[in-house]
Amino acid sequence: MTADLKHTLPGAIAIVVLALVPLLPVPPFWITLLNNIGLASLVAIGLVLLTGVGGMTSFGQAAFCGFGAYTTAVLTTAYGFSPWATLPLSLIAGAATALPLGLITVRLSGHFLPLGTIAWGLALYYLFGQVELVGRYDGISGIPPLELAGHRFLSGQSIYYVIWFFVIATAIGARNLLDSRVGRGIRALRGGGQVAEAFGVDIVRAKLTVFILAGIVAALSGWLYAHMQRSVNPTPFGLNMGIEYLLMAVVGGAGHVWGAIFGAGVVLILKDLLQRFLPDLIGSSINFEMIVFGALLVTILQFARDGLWPLVLKFAAKRPTRQPAAAGSLPRRTMPAVGTPLLRIDMARKAFGGLVAVNDVSFEIKAGQIAGLIGPNGAGKSTTFNLITGMLSLTSGSVFYGGEKLSGMSPRRIAKHGIARTFQHAKILPTMSVLENVTLGAHLRGSAGVFKSFLHLERQEEATLLAEAARQLERVGLGANMHRPAGDLALGQIRILEIARALCLDPTILLLDEPAAGLRHAEKQELSALLRKLKEEGVSVLLVEHDMGFVMGLVDHLVVLDFGTLIAEGKPAEVRQHPAVIAAYLGEVAA
Amino acid sequence: MDATIATFLIQDGLTNGAVYALLGLALVLVFSVTRVIFIPQGEFVAYGALTLALLDGGRVPATASLLICFGLLAFLVDLWTMRRGTSTAAILWSVLFNLALPAAIYAVTLGIAPLALPSLVKALLTVAIIAPMGFYVYRIAYRPLADASVLVLLIASVGVHLAMMGLGLVFFGAEGLRARPLSAGSFAVGPLLVSAQSLWIYGATIAIIVGLYLFFEKTLLGKALRATAVNRLGARLVGVPTQFTGVTAFLLAATIGAVSGVLIGPITTIYYDTGFLIGLKGFVAAIIGGLASFPVTAIAAIGVGMVESFTSFFASSFKEIIVFGLIIPVLIWLSLGAGLHEEE
Repeated sequence: MTADLKHTLPGAIAIVVLALVPLLPVPPFWITLLNNIGLASLVAIGLVLLTGVGGMTSFGQAAFCGFGAYTTAVLTTAYGFSPWATLPLSLIAGAATALPLGLITVRLSGHFLPLGTIAWGLALYYLFGQVELVGRYDGISGIPPLELAGHRFLSGQSIYYVIWFFVIATAIGARNLLDSRVGRGIRALRGGGQVAEAFGVDIVRAKLTVFILAGIVAALSGWLYAHMQRSVNPTPFGLNMGIEYLLMAVVGGAGHVWGAIFGAGVVLILKDLLQRFLPDLIGSSINFEMIVFGALLVTILQFARDGLWPLVLKFAAKRPTRQPAAAGSLPRRTMPAVGTPLLRIDMARKAFGGLVAVNDVSFEIKAGQIAGLIGPNGAGKSTTFNLITGMLSLTSGSVFYGGEKLSGMSPRRIAKHGIARTFQHAKILPTMSVLENVTLGAHLRGSAGVFKSFLHLERQEEATLLAEAARQLERVGLGANMHRPAGDLALGQIRILEIARALCLDPTILLLDEPAAGLRHAEKQELSALLRKLKEEGVSVLLVEHDMGFVMGLVDHLVVLDFGTLIAEGKPAEVRQHPAVIAAYLGEVAA
Repeated sequence: MDATIATFLIQDGLTNGAVYALLGLALVLVFSVTRVIFIPQGEFVAYGALTLALLDGGRVPATASLLICFGLLAFLVDLWTMRRGTSTAAILWSVLFNLALPAAIYAVTLGIAPLALPSLVKALLTVAIIAPMGFYVYRIAYRPLADASVLVLLIASVGVHLAMMGLGLVFFGAEGLRARPLSAGSFAVGPLLVSAQSLWIYGATIAIIVGLYLFFEKTLLGKALRATAVNRLGARLVGVPTQFTGVTAFLLAATIGAVSGVLIGPITTIYYDTGFLIGLKGFVAAIIGGLASFPVTAIAAIGVGMVESFTSFFASSFKEIIVFGLIIPVLIWLSLGAGLHEEE
C-alpha cells in the first residue's frame, strides 16, 4: 500500500460509513443526532480556524448561526424566497455581522475579541427575542424545506446528505486553505504576527479573514438548521450554545480541521447520554451537562491542551510528505546597479521614555555591498534594524530606500521593497515544517486569495512557491531537513532557516541580526561563502555580528555604534585602528 | 419624566453601579495579577445572595456542603500533584486548608443557622462560606494552568463558570430567592427616599475601595501583588511568590463577590444564573477601564448602572442589549489607540 493510500483510506472508509448509515435500520434519533453533529461541526470548523490556527477565539458563534437561520427564515416565510436563493444571502449576513465586530477587535490584544463576543452573544440573543420581524421569543415557524429537482428534503434521512455534503466540503476547503499561501499567513498569527508582518502578511487582514470565514460557516450551519428544523427561535443561538461550540473545538483540538467534527461528535453524544441516562440514574430532572461540560473543558485544557484528536491521530498513518515538484520559477526583481546608494539612514533617533537607544545615527549602504553594524551590547544595533524594517517607529529622523522614504511605513510595505530580515531571537513557527516556514518568506511573490485557496485552484502558484522555498533551503544546506517540524532544528540551523526564509522574499537587501551566533566554525565559513555569492548576484547585506573574525573578513563597510551613537564608519581595516572603537571595546584606559 | 422619577432612577443606577464597581475592581485585580479573565466572578455573587437568603429562612445553605465538595476536590488535586513524593508538612497543610477548614465552617453553619441571627452575623457567615471557594477554584482549575496563555485561561474560565452555574442550579434549584435587607427602613433626604440597604451598599463599596487602596499602597503583600501585575518574571526574580499572590487575588475576588451578593441579594431576586449577568456588567466596566485601570473601572461601573437604570425606564425590553452594546464604542476607542508592532 502506498503512503498516499494509507493516509486517505481511513477518511474514505469514514465517508462510506457516513453515506450508508441512513440506509441501515438504525433508530431515527441516531440520524437526528448525526444531523446535529454535522451542523455543529460546521461551526466548530470555523472555531478551529479561529482559535487553533489564528490564535483568537469567540464565544459568540451561535449568534452567527442565528443570523444565517433568521435570514432564510424571514426571507422564505415572509417574502416567498426559495430556500436555495437565500443560501448566499444567509452567508452574506454571517459575513456582514462578523466584519464590523472583527474590524473593531482584531487590532486589540487577543482577549478583547472573545470578551466582545460574550457581550455580543448575549445582546443578540435578547435582540432576536425582542424584534417583531423575527417573531420575538416565539420565533418563526413554517419554513419551507429544501428542494432539489422536485425532491423535498423533509425527512431527517434526506437532509442528512445535504448537511454532511456541506460539512465534508467545508472541511476539505478549510484544509486546502491552511495548506495555502493565505493559510500560512493565518497560521503565522500564533507566532505573534511579527514574522508574518516582516514578510508582507497583512495581519489585520489575515485575522479578519479567519473571523469572517468562521462567521460564514456558522451562518451556513444556521441556514441548514432552519431548513432542517423548519422553525427557529432564539434559544439555540444564545451564549450557552456559543460556549458549547467552543468546547467542541477544544475537545477536537487546536488546529485540526477533522478534529472539529470529532469534537462535535464527542460533545453532542455525551450531551445526549447525559440527558437520557443521568436523570434516571440519580432521580433528578436537573440537567447536569453544564457541570460536566464545564469540568470537561477545564480538564482537557489541563491535561491535553491540544485536544483529543491528536491522540486519535497517533493511530493514523502520517500524512505523506511530498517533495516539491520542480515547478516553474518565480520572476525575479531587478537588482539596483552596484555602487548606487541603496539604504540611507538619516539622523535616526529612537527614545524609549528617557532612554535614547539610537541617537541621531546616519549612515548609508551602497548596492552590492556587505556592510557590518557592530558595537558592544546595548549599542542600539537591533533597535536600528527594527527602525529600518518598521517594527519600531522612529522618534525623529528618517530612513530612505533608493529615493523613497521608508520611515512611517508598515513592516509589510517595507518588505515589499525587497528588504528582508532575520531576527536576533530567532522567530519561527515550531509546529510548521521547515519548508512551510521558509515558504512564508515567499508570501509576497504569490497572489492567490482566500477563495482560490479554499477551492485549491492555486495549485500552480503554490507549487512554484514551495519549489522556490525548497531551492533556497538546498542553497543554504538545509535541504535534508525540509519536512521536519522547524522546532526540531538546532539553534544554528534555525538561524540558517531564517536566512533561507529571507532569501525567499527575493531581497535586494538582506538584514541579518547575528546570523553566525550558534554556528560552528565550518558552518560560519559556509555562511561567509553564501553571503559572498549573494553579493555577486547583486544582493546587498547589512549584518549585526559579534564574531569579529567573521565580520572583518567579510564586510566592505563597517558602522560602529556605542550607546546609540555612531562612533566610527569606514573600511574594516580603518575602523579597527579607530581610537574610539578601541575605547568602546576595550575601555578608556587602552585608548 | 419628572424630577422624582429622575432622582429615583439616579439612585437606582448608583446602587447597582456601586455593586458593578466592586465586581469590576475584582476582575481588574484578578486579571492584572494572574492574567485570568475571571468570568466566574458572577457566580460568587449568586452564591452569596442565595446563601444569605437561605440563612434568612433559618436553613443551612447548600453552599456549606458545596464548600466541602470544593475542599475535597482541591485535596484530591493536591494529592495528585504530590504523587511523586512530598513532605508530611505539605500533606498536613493540605488537610488543614482543604478538609479541616470547610468542615469547621460547615459545623459552625450547621450550629448557628437555625438560630435567629442578627443580619450582620448572617452576612459575615455568608462571606466566610463563599470566600474560601476562591482559593479552591484557583487550586483546582487555574494553578495547573499557570503557564498557559491568556486565551487558554479565558476558555478555562468559561468552563469554570459553566460548572459553577450548573452546581448553583443543582444546589439552589431554579427558584429565585430574595434576601432580607441588612437593615430595614429608609430615610427621607429632602425629596429622596433612601433605603438603609442602599446606604449599606454605598458604605461597603467605599470601604472596600479604600481598603484595596490601603492594601496595595501600604502592605508588603499588596505591593507584591502590584509587582506581579507589572512583571511576573521580574517579581519572581526578586522573591515574590507569584503563586501566593495568585491565591490572594482569587481570595479577594471571591470575598468581593460574596460581599456583592450580600449587598444586592436584598434589592433584587437572585436566581442561580443571575450572577453571571451581574458579573458581566462588572466586565463591561472593566473593559472600559482597559482591564487595567481601577479608577476608570469604578467610574465606568457607575455609568453602566446609570445607563441600565435609565434604559429600563425608557426602553425596558432593550435594556440588556444597550448595556452589553456599550462595550462596542469602547472597543472602537481602544482599537484606534492600539499599536500593532510592539513586542509582545
